[in-house]
Amino acid sequence: MNAQLELVFGAAEWLEFFFHYLSLSLLAVGGGIATIPEMHRFLVDNNLWLTEAQFNASIAIAQAAPGPNVLFIALLGWNVGLNAGGYLSGLWGIFLAMAGMLIPSTLLTYNAAQWGQRNRDLRSVRAFKQGMGPIVVGLIMSTSLILATTSGHSLDHWPLWLMSAITALICWRTKLHILWLLTAGALIGWFGWV
Amino acid sequence: MSSLPAPDRPRPESLTDLFVSFSLLTLQGFGGVMAIVQRELVEKKRWLSAEEFIEDWAVAQVMPGPNVINMSLIIGGRYFGLKGAMVALAGMLAAPLFIVLTLALIYAQFASRPEVAGALRGMGAVAAGLIGATALKLTKALKNNVLGWRWCATFCLVSLVAIAALRVPLVYVIFGLGGLASTLAYRKLQA
Repeated sequence: MNAQLELVFGAAEWLEFFFHYLSLSLLAVGGGIATIPEMHRFLVDNNLWLTEAQFNASIAIAQAAPGPNVLFIALLGWNVGLNAGGYLSGLWGIFLAMAGMLIPSTLLTYNAAQWGQRNRDLRSVRAFKQGMGPIVVGLIMSTSLILATTSGHSLDHWPLWLMSAITALICWRTKLHILWLLTAGALIGWFGWV
Repeated sequence: MSSLPAPDRPRPESLTDLFVSFSLLTLQGFGGVMAIVQRELVEKKRWLSAEEFIEDWAVAQVMPGPNVINMSLIIGGRYFGLKGAMVALAGMLAAPLFIVLTLALIYAQFASRPEVAGALRGMGAVAAGLIGATALKLTKALKNNVLGWRWCATFCLVSLVAIAALRVPLVYVIFGLGGLASTLAYRKLQA
């Protein structure tokens, strides 16, 4: 993220930036990751507000850091802000990106969840929850598989897969704290064993 | 608040408790927070049963927005209304945002070192395994599902193949397969 752009940002550009996230918010069914291609098109390809390297680093850092992966959106806003001036506009970029991304979905989800809680004895609400149960479990398994194979599907990656599988077994069957497992994974990776 | 589950169940004591709990939980979430939510809130704090976790997660999935963010809104809102939802959300985001920014500022110096890339790769593999374990643990919550184990296994496998192998867009799986499963559950609940 060394190479920066020099952008001139006025109210119009910030508004456009904010509205981009507002409009993406309700499309992000299944999380922010699904909207990455659309953000790339808007920020990198069309507006040239971010470099390719800045875009990719924003996602990689948010994945590696603790906390929700959606924080990559904060980093995208931060980098757009840096390109448009400095640290202050970086903070402004974070605020606009996160507010735009979260306000519409938060309002909808909160109200839907409260409605569901009040009406949880309705047959349709119970049917939804029972019906979605096995699919939720299937989706969580899929997330695990997709994340385990992000480095590629070539058989050369078997040590990484083995490590994922062993982690799953340990975490399933023991009470060992997750931070130990993560530390072990970081050390094994640091020394280049996987 | 009449809709709260059993009164003797553990629950967050205050907004502060909610904020601190979600902050501590999110700070352990490398590569995603979902595995930690299950571990902390279901197994340790027992604010949720495994069944409730699956139900809430279903809502969090179907609604737009990041799943773990939605989850924090649902859980915070259940105990303290809108105030609770906002406090849980803030707990989920405040500390990690600070860390992510710090990391972004120092990233440039260390990005080129192969050890750093290796450590990230190793942590990624562990994170994938942790999420797999969450799925395995949650299968036990399907035992009492009205669909019965055969249908549960079928829906679970079909969604797994559709998403992980065929890369079908999530929206189709959630609304298509989810609609089918919910309809089936609706009919079984009548009987």
